[in-house]
Amino acid sequence: MIRPVSENALLVTLADEIRQELPAQLRSLCEQLEAQKWPWLEDLIPSYTTLLIIYDPDQLDFRQAIAAIRPILAAEGSGSANKPESRTIELPVYYSPESGPDLEALAAACSLSVPDVIEMHTAQTYQVFAMGFAPGFGFLAEVDPAIAHPRKTTPRKSVPAGSVGIANRQTAVYPVSSPGGWQLIGRCPTRLFDRDSLSLLATGDQVRFRSISREDYLAQGGEL
Amino acid sequence: MSFGHKGLLISKPGASATVQDVGRTGFRHHGLAKGGAMDLHAFYWANKLLGNALDAACLEILLGGFEARAETDITIAVTGACADVAVNGQASDLWQTIELKAGDTLNIGHAKSGRILYLALPGGIKSPEWFASQSVVPREKIKGLEPLKVGGHLAAARPQQNIGRRWLPLADRPDYSRDLRLTLIPGYQHHQFSKQDLLRLTTHDYQVTQQSDRMGYRLQGPALQDVPSGIISEGIADGALQVPGDGQPIALMNDCQTIGGYPKPGVIAAVGRYRLSQRLPGQSIRFEFGDLADAQNELRLFNRFFAKSQWRSEKECWTWE
Repeated sequence: MIRPVSENALLVTLADEIRQELPAQLRSLCEQLEAQKWPWLEDLIPSYTTLLIIYDPDQLDFRQAIAAIRPILAAEGSGSANKPESRTIELPVYYSPESGPDLEALAAACSLSVPDVIEMHTAQTYQVFAMGFAPGFGFLAEVDPAIAHPRKTTPRKSVPAGSVGIANRQTAVYPVSSPGGWQLIGRCPTRLFDRDSLSLLATGDQVRFRSISREDYLAQGGEL
Repeated sequence: MSFGHKGLLISKPGASATVQDVGRTGFRHHGLAKGGAMDLHAFYWANKLLGNALDAACLEILLGGFEARAETDITIAVTGACADVAVNGQASDLWQTIELKAGDTLNIGHAKSGRILYLALPGGIKSPEWFASQSVVPREKIKGLEPLKVGGHLAAARPQQNIGRRWLPLADRPDYSRDLRLTLIPGYQHHQFSKQDLLRLTTHDYQVTQQSDRMGYRLQGPALQDVPSGIISEGIADGALQVPGDGQPIALMNDCQTIGGYPKPGVIAAVGRYRLSQRLPGQSIRFEFGDLADAQNELRLFNRFFAKSQWRSEKECWTWE
């Protein structure tokens, strides 16, 4: 379904609920649209079930934009478009009370040991369902229900860069220090946002976490 | 990077002063905000007065209280919020070219009506460009793209040229104290809001509160009673109106997050949003639902006016060609 939401934006809705196959579909749709090289296409914002398309209304009106986009959507829906390969990115994490101030409390709340929590967090392959909140911030799902835990009732004023958090069945790495309410379980030394290459992650990517030692974390440029 | 041509040395940046152009396009999927000048009406005029490209970067000054010294002879223009402008203590004016001599002190007083001022330099401001824009989004903490500080330099993109004196007739200058009706284009979760809440939103005044910045303007008025919940985060269009659980709407502005999960009854049409950006805390606005095609036409006419209108001669005001 495609609907205009403002003078320069169209919202494409692929489904009413979050599904595992949607990030890959959104990514494929973005690639198809980018491949058209339309001079009026300005921004594509995929997120969970939707794609917001920003265009230049000085070049065409909303009816013309919808007419141009509809055939691409139809081809996507019929599965005739080539599906892009998804990338798998491995992120090292130093899990500890020192780097993840909520790790012990989360383990206790879930009636698990700290090693169990680490094991469950690293066992899953996650998908990037959306990018947002801050530059380079990817919303990853789904977290094992045994360690799913709601956000803190009072967000922290400042969460250090690299912090790995859990919020219900989502997990994420904070690319830069910012306020935040996720339950922090560790820290990742990999840069998720770079001034030159922008975001490491993109919607549709697969992500795995790997537990590393304090020494490895520091050797890879991590800060404590 | 070249440092451009001599310009101004800042002694008082005011509450906040950031370099802004028309914003960063094409990178919102990385989580980067669009940024850019909030009031494109005053912004375009600042550039037009100096004969700059319409999208040339200007300094966006919040609430006035700004002082700078000219490092060279330079013609500038200041537009936007109503504030006293003086050169070496002598009264000058907004919405016109101002010729500064090397060593002159430019002073912009506190905004009396309106919130934002634009300061334009010849050819635009020379500052670091990052991913096709000079716009500064402070919360993104990108090195080199920070708000201006005391002692900072503003360099001009081209050397001084004699462009003559230009001004905007009084009748064409905006009055930011006037009543403001904002067109709300129905969209997003519009159909999930109750009829009573949509009526409430469009039959009462809402006031701009102190909690207003470049990310969003929090409004206060009769709270919506029955706000939809369980919305999946989705891309945010420029000017989306979101309603969190307390029922008080927030108008999302240029530096807002790229995705969000609060319900949205619609999006504020652009030309009205530029005017909203000039509202001070305590000032009110009124919403009315409007037609998308009309809003799109209004925006195209607005853009066309700035693209096509020309100065009749160097010593006169503008004309609509």
